[in-house]
Formats: sequence, structure tokens, C-alpha cells
Amino acid sequence: MLLAIFSDIHANRQAFSACLESARTRGARRIIFLGDFVGYGGDPEWTVDTAIRLIADGAVAVRGNHDQAVTSASESMNPDAQAAIEWTRGRLSAAQRRFLAELPLTLEEDDRLYVHSEASSPQRWRYVQSTPDAARSLIATPAHVTFCGHIHRPALYSMSATAKMTSFVPTAHVPIQLLRGRQWLAVLGSVGQPRDGDPAAAYALYDTSSREITYCRVPYDVDAAAARIRENGLPDRLADRLFVGR
Amino acid sequence: MARPSVQPGVVIDGFKVGERLHSGGMATLWSVTRPDINVPLLMKIPRISEGEDPAAIVSFEMEQLILPRLKGPHVPACFATGDFAHQAYVVIELIPGQTLYRRLPELPLPYGEACLIAGKIAAALADLHRQNVIHHDIKPSSIMFRDSGEAVLIDFGLSHHTQLPDLLQEEFRLPYGTAPYMAPERLLGVRDDPRSDLFSLGVLLYFFTTGVRPFGETETLRGMRRRLWRDPHPPRKLKPDYPPWLQEVVMRCLEIEPASRYPTASQLAFDLAHPDQIKLTARAERIKRDPLMTVWRRRFNQGLLQVERKVDVAAQLASSPIVAVAIDTVDGTDELNGALRRTAARILETLPAARLACVNVLKLGRITIDRTLDEQGQNKHVDRLVALKHWASPLKLNESRLTVHVLEAIDPASAILEFARANHVDHIIVGARQDSFVRSLLGSVSAKVASEAPCTVTVVRPQRPAG
Repeated sequence: MLLAIFSDIHANRQAFSACLESARTRGARRIIFLGDFVGYGGDPEWTVDTAIRLIADGAVAVRGNHDQAVTSASESMNPDAQAAIEWTRGRLSAAQRRFLAELPLTLEEDDRLYVHSEASSPQRWRYVQSTPDAARSLIATPAHVTFCGHIHRPALYSMSATAKMTSFVPTAHVPIQLLRGRQWLAVLGSVGQPRDGDPAAAYALYDTSSREITYCRVPYDVDAAAARIRENGLPDRLADRLFVGR
Repeated sequence: MARPSVQPGVVIDGFKVGERLHSGGMATLWSVTRPDINVPLLMKIPRISEGEDPAAIVSFEMEQLILPRLKGPHVPACFATGDFAHQAYVVIELIPGQTLYRRLPELPLPYGEACLIAGKIAAALADLHRQNVIHHDIKPSSIMFRDSGEAVLIDFGLSHHTQLPDLLQEEFRLPYGTAPYMAPERLLGVRDDPRSDLFSLGVLLYFFTTGVRPFGETETLRGMRRRLWRDPHPPRKLKPDYPPWLQEVVMRCLEIEPASRYPTASQLAFDLAHPDQIKLTARAERIKRDPLMTVWRRRFNQGLLQVERKVDVAAQLASSPIVAVAIDTVDGTDELNGALRRTAARILETLPAARLACVNVLKLGRITIDRTLDEQGQNKHVDRLVALKHWASPLKLNESRLTVHVLEAIDPASAILEFARANHVDHIIVGARQDSFVRSLLGSVSAKVASEAPCTVTVVRPQRPAG
């Protein structure tokens, strides 16, 4: 089965639509959401409604720190993110907020683990920025492959049976077989706010039978997404960064 | 988990195991068959029992990742892989015959034969590098030949694929590979530079032409590190009859700095195919190693060997193309030849590592017996070479970047295409025939070249005034 995995959509309707269309064209049969549906972007209602609809059709999702922040005020964030969260909170209905609040922190499926930040303590929202960070997550789970997001920069780590680590920055559209002899941590790029210098939306495909992961990039209408941020009076910086992918 | 013991007659994923062909330190090799596959097959099974070198497993994983990606005549075709959860294996095409290792007792080989072999290996490396793979274990025992003559590279357990995770990256504290052939930058942990393979090929060519390994047989890290500052004896010191052009090629491959070596395997193959056109430098004549002062400077000036942070293999290959320009020295107008020169200049200016091959076709009649001398007794071939050099002189290219070639053929387009294929040309520049009457009579050379070439083709046509 071909899975399409989306992380960090951040209420970017244009990027999310483009990725859904791309995944459909490439034959994806099932959708996995790794959290952060909202925050930063100008279309939280549409994004959450679309996710609810897709989940009703068989998709699965975990919760991200921004999803949690709109439902409980305890998360501390930088001022731009905080401004977006407060605005988002006012836009979402009670039902939409409940949907986000009730998402699980982790999900396991066969030999795969889905989590927004990393596996060692999902509720602490730690970033996987380095090989030691990846090792900490891999040691914490027996899963063959862990899929996570949160940092908005695609990466692929592995740990061998003798606990040797490898790190890799994937090339878009080149499938990589996740060999069974080691554990893998696939860090996805962001659908709605890429930060690796490439403004194109990022998601991944995973073929559960061939065990091949393909990191995908999809160009989308950045102008329209940026316009939605400005129209809604959100910080300009959140619109500007979409053009450069930083 | 109990693993099925492999023995003749056992069937693994549809492959029937035949005789054991080889039992090595890292793996055992079995002949296998499957009814729907019509070529001889080889199953490679890693040794993975308790206490085995973990390198065996990781190398095997690299082969599992890389082999299914490779294509073309210079690698064994891969038919299946099985992972460690059940029975780890790869099934590849069985290349008949022996590796180049078998030739070791015959060394040194005659220069011509050794160069022919090295040229074939360079062509195979060019094809491999184009597929984003650096072999990292080029040595006689990883090279075989097809009956058709092409070199086949085997054993990808230490290889690096620029678009796949490098499982060996943190596996070993020490550089892993075959010490006598290992490039100096490998000792500093660099695994993403395709010019490391050119160094290893240089070691092989030195060894095959002199009978002596340029850096000895040392296996210690200390002994290996010497190559970071100490250059080998020039072959001419060992063999006074050593051709200067060959020393030029070998010593360029063995440069300590990757940037001083050939930029690509294709360019090395090109020189080996055209020894008469190699621009000789100080390397060619040397009979002594670098003076001690130089060696000491290298040794104690840290950072003399510049480790580039990250080599983008595809970008590096693309920046060092072989460009062929087809020049009609007889019927080509000054206008067209000028336009061709401007186009060539534009490409060469942006790519300092590109080289230009100027090609002219001396057309032979289909029926008449051609004579090399014209009515005045002048050598047509030489005339054409002179004309090509004249065409190229305004480009003011360093001689090492320029070669001239006169091809004799009945069909110019076929000759240009054949030249491009044989020399791994990356870009052909050809002029459009302007006279529509001649074009309709003879057919268009540029159209045929553009439609059949194995590479990019630029067709140049001088601007005509609007009619």
C-alpha cells in the first residue's frame, strides 16, 4: 500500500491542496498526518475541515504542538507563532478545536510509528536536529520506521544493529529502500512552511511492501498563500518566509 | 531466528541454488537459476554469523541499496535482493571469466595493452559516476570484462551513492578499503568525490605498466598517510623508456589534490584514446619525486589538501563536459564558422573544466578509391588539421583543453555520431547547412546528428536577414 504522509500543513490551503493532488496522481491509497494542521497560515478552518473529512475516509493523524496550543494556553511560542495561534483560536469552532485536542500524540501501525516531534518524549516537542537527537528517538521505540516532522527540514536517519548512526538529506523524488536490518527515522519536510531553502511544499510517499520512501516536493501558489496571511492581519514575516522557504 | 542453511538444491525466493562458486571473507557466491531468467546468475550471500566483522553486513546493505539502481553494460545486472529478516542475498548476472587480478603475474604489461585496459575502466567509471555512484574500491579484483570488451565493475560494498544514505559514513573509525589503491582524501574521511576513483585507477595503471605499486603494499594507517604528502617515484625513474604522455596521464591521476586530477573519468578516457594529443606538462618528463622542501611543506602545512565540504557529483560532472564542435573547413562559410566559434566560446567561458574537440570529416567517395594526397600531392589530412587549429586559435584555449580530429568517412553525420559515442562527448555543436539546394540533395547532417546523438546537440545557424 502506498501511503502519503503530510506534516506541518500549518493552515496553508494552497500547499495542502497541491500536495493532496500530487499524492493522488502518484497513486497514494492512504493518508497519514503528522500534526500541526494549524498555526502560521491563513486558512485554519478549511484545513481542519479537510483533515476531518479525510480522517472519516480512513486517514489517520497525530497531534502537533501548534494543534495543542490552540486548545490549551500552556504552550510557549515565539511572538509571531503566538500571534498566529491566538488568531487561529478565534477562528476555529468548538468542534474543530475538540478535533485537534483529541488527536493522539503517537500512533503505531504494523512496524511504523507516527509522531509529530520524536519518539523519546513526544509531549516535550523536542526537535530532531542532529544524529544524537535521532539516536535518542530511535532507541526509544522498537518500530522499524518512525515518521516525524516538527523541524520543517527533511532528513533521514538510520541506526544499525550495532547502534551506528547514519544521517542523510534526501534528494527529492529518489526512492530509498528502508532496509529491514536497521531502524529508520524519517523526518519529513513541511507541507505549509518549508524551511530548508526550497519554497516548494514537502511531503513523502511510503510503499509498505517495497519499503521505499520517496520525499516529494510540489510547487504551489505561494502568492495566494502569502496573500491569505496578510489579509488576515497575521505578521508579515510569516508571509515573506514562504517565498524563500526559510 | 533460524536461517535456512544454503546448500545445492535449496530454493530461495524462486531461485534454485546450484554449486558454490566462491567462499570469501565477506560472502559466499552461489550459481543459481530461475526458469524465467535466461542468463547465468550469481547469488551473493553475506557472512553474518555471530562474531563476523560488522563491515560484512554494512557492505552488504550498501550493495542491496545500490545494485538494483545501476544500469548499463559496465555493471552486473541485478535481478533480486532479499533482506536480513529472512535470507539476505543479492542475485546478479554472472559475468563469465576472471577478474583483472589474474593478470598480476604478467606485469608489467606492454604500454599499449595497459592503456587499452585503463581506457575501458575509465569508460566504465564515467558511466558509473553519471549514475551518481562512486565505486571506492577500484583494484584489479573488482574489474572484469565482457566478451564484447567492455569493462564491468563489481563489488559495490564500499560504494557511495550521492542520492542514497551512506551507511558506511559512521561505521568505521578508520577508512575502509584496499590500502594500496586508496586516494589520499579518503584518509580524511571524504567519500563523495568521484575523483577518488581516478586516483585508484592511476594506481592500477602505474602498477600495470611498471610492475610496482606506487605506494607499496602498506596496510598500516601510518604508512597509508604518507600519500597525503609524499608523491610516488615518476614511472620514468623506474623505466627509462616510459612514454612521457603516459607518465603525464598516470601522474595526473595520482595528484594529491583531487582538483589537480582529471575532472572526470570521461576526460581521462579521452586522453587515453588520443595519446598523441595530450598536452605534456612538467609531469611528463620528471624523473625525480618532489623535493623534500615541498614534501615537508605539504606535511606540516595543515590543510594543504583542501577538503571540499560537499562535492555535488552531478554538478561536477556537468561542469567538466567534453564538447565536440563539427567544423566544415571546405564548404563552411566564414559566417557559419564564426557563429560556431562564438557558440563554442560562450560554452567554454562558463565552464573552465570543459574541453573542446574540434572535428572535421574528410568525406570519402562511395566508389572511388580515395587517395590521401590531392592532385598537388598535398596531404589532405594534414591540411584539415591545420585548418581546424586555425579555426580554434581565436578561442585562445590552453592546449590541454583543445584537441583536433579529422575523421575519414562516407557519411559525415554517422562519423560525428560515432565519434561522440566513442569519446563520451557531452555536447555536440554543429552548423546547419545553409544552401537549401545542397541540403535537399545531400540531406541535413545537423538534423541527423540532432536526432540520433547520445547527448545534447546545439545546431548553429547564422542570423539571416528577414526575406
